[in-house]
Amino acid sequence: MAYERKFKIGKPILEVNNISLSFGGVKAITDTSFNVLEHEVRAIIGPNGAGKSSMLNCINGIYKPQQGTVSFRGQQIPNITPNIMAQMGLSRTFQNLALFKRMSVLDNILVGRKLHTKTNFLEVALQLPKVKKEEKLNRDRSEEIISFLEIEDIKDTPVGKLPYGLQKKVELGRALATDSTIILLDEPMAGMNVEEKRDMCRFILKVNDELGTTMVLIEHDMGVVMDISDRVVVLDYGKVIGDGTPDEVRSNQKVIDAYLGVEH
Amino acid sequence: MKPVFMTYTKKDLINLAVCMVLSVLIIPTFISTEYWYTSILIPWLCLALATIGQQIVMGYTGQLALGAAGFMAAGAFAMFNLILRVPDLGFVGSLIVSGLIAAAFGILFGLPSLKVRGIYLMVATLASQFFIIWMIDKFGWFKNYDSSGIITAQDIVILGKPFTTPLAMYFVCLAVTTVLTLLAMNMARGSTGRNWMAVRDMDIAAESMGVSLLRTKVQAFAISAFYCGVAGALFAFCYLKSLEPVAFDIKLSFKILFMCILGGLGTINGAFIGAAFILLFPVLLNAVGNNVFHGAIDATIISSIEQVIFGGLMIIFMIYEPLGMAKLWETLKHNIKSKLTSLDITSLKSSKLKKPRK
Repeated sequence: MAYERKFKIGKPILEVNNISLSFGGVKAITDTSFNVLEHEVRAIIGPNGAGKSSMLNCINGIYKPQQGTVSFRGQQIPNITPNIMAQMGLSRTFQNLALFKRMSVLDNILVGRKLHTKTNFLEVALQLPKVKKEEKLNRDRSEEIISFLEIEDIKDTPVGKLPYGLQKKVELGRALATDSTIILLDEPMAGMNVEEKRDMCRFILKVNDELGTTMVLIEHDMGVVMDISDRVVVLDYGKVIGDGTPDEVRSNQKVIDAYLGVEH
Repeated sequence: MKPVFMTYTKKDLINLAVCMVLSVLIIPTFISTEYWYTSILIPWLCLALATIGQQIVMGYTGQLALGAAGFMAAGAFAMFNLILRVPDLGFVGSLIVSGLIAAAFGILFGLPSLKVRGIYLMVATLASQFFIIWMIDKFGWFKNYDSSGIITAQDIVILGKPFTTPLAMYFVCLAVTTVLTLLAMNMARGSTGRNWMAVRDMDIAAESMGVSLLRTKVQAFAISAFYCGVAGALFAFCYLKSLEPVAFDIKLSFKILFMCILGGLGTINGAFIGAAFILLFPVLLNAVGNNVFHGAIDATIISSIEQVIFGGLMIIFMIYEPLGMAKLWETLKHNIKSKLTSLDITSLKSSKLKKPRK
């Protein structure tokens, strides 16, 4: 790329080592390893059922892989839970929208500020000055994110009433509100039209560019993936069949076979 | 709307002021019949408080719990024993400590919520209802070895002053309820409430944002039980004026559940609306039976009709307005307002313009 990046791609921040996951007799992921470098946009692609979402769920601690380890900043994490990963600075969005449906957009994003909220329930009940200070800081940050994502006009709408594309945006906003160093996006552009996709790409690149947030995304739209990601890992039947820059992956015969089908 | 004071908007403050004027000035000046205080206002405040407790765990945190009356019993008997055995604590101190004792039970019986959910959790939390009542019945110590089964509650004395008249007791209940309601609203609107609702709406996502399910659920159960405990103590000392485990049976738990659902899940004002409806509806029905039909309908039939109507209403609300009467009230207000503005806005503005200026 021609332009100078503010945050240079650095050392591996997240390493997935030999992960195997099966549900009963079904093997979702087999002995998969790859890494994510600091400040890069990393895509995970692959046909349906390739184990992409399962991979994210393993990294995030929702699934417990039978084998393999996940290392964050060179440190192996023994008992991964979503909560521990969130505290270490890893946030995510979900494939099938996991928003808090009855809460407003602002409240959803404010939940993302949870780890920056240190006051306990008694202090909140009594509305001590430090609670008000903290709440103000969190609200300001949330408002910033809302205006960044250009969703000011729906700030107070309950999320359940919003159309799909906007809900996806809110989910990205909630992940951003955590100020995480790495964000996992599970199909952030699924079901969007071209314009919405372009918007989403812009936001992802802007976040990566301005905040240096490492982005790991799963995406089906090959065009989008090739355009925005620095490196791509291709999964098929739970195995890595390609890993490298978009150009390398594009010319990889195995990847072409997996996507276009091959005569046996 | 922008908050003007703490987390409250201008509208909230006006509502609060109206409620306070109504309950502190207008009700005591215009209502002098004891019946209203002893049979309606005092139980209303106590049960509304317990319903807030139920709201916290069920409406806000989404944990289907059924055992509010058990925690109320814990609070009531804790209060009795504290006043009896630790008189130095005083009334207010005892009230707080009995709430904390109920909260301890809440933590204990809230633990199943980490593993089971939905209707199964409801069955698991029933344990609190039966265990607490059984414990009080089984061990005579809790009742101070009173063999009659019904113990008279001690008189309420705050700072050396007795509060024994219905009006005085009403003020005690009002003060406690007001303070706890405000605290509940602060929590519900602040980060605490957001965590509860996040767990309710999508627990996996909440956990991925760093909300600990264990802490949030147990916290909600503890706070809920605290509210129920304090409500139970007030219920026994101001309303029943006696202590008997039978008063806190499963029927009361169901009543509180109904108040919670009819009032509107996830609302604090719904607790008051629901409690008022469930308390006043039988009174109204009786009045209709006596005055319209002149006692031609048997009292037992009236109470059966009451059950039928409650059941029907529950089903109707669950289907058509899951957010309950609080939501109906909001919609009504909104409709009236939009009607008024659409009617008057032009005429008002033009009349203002026409006013000659001197």
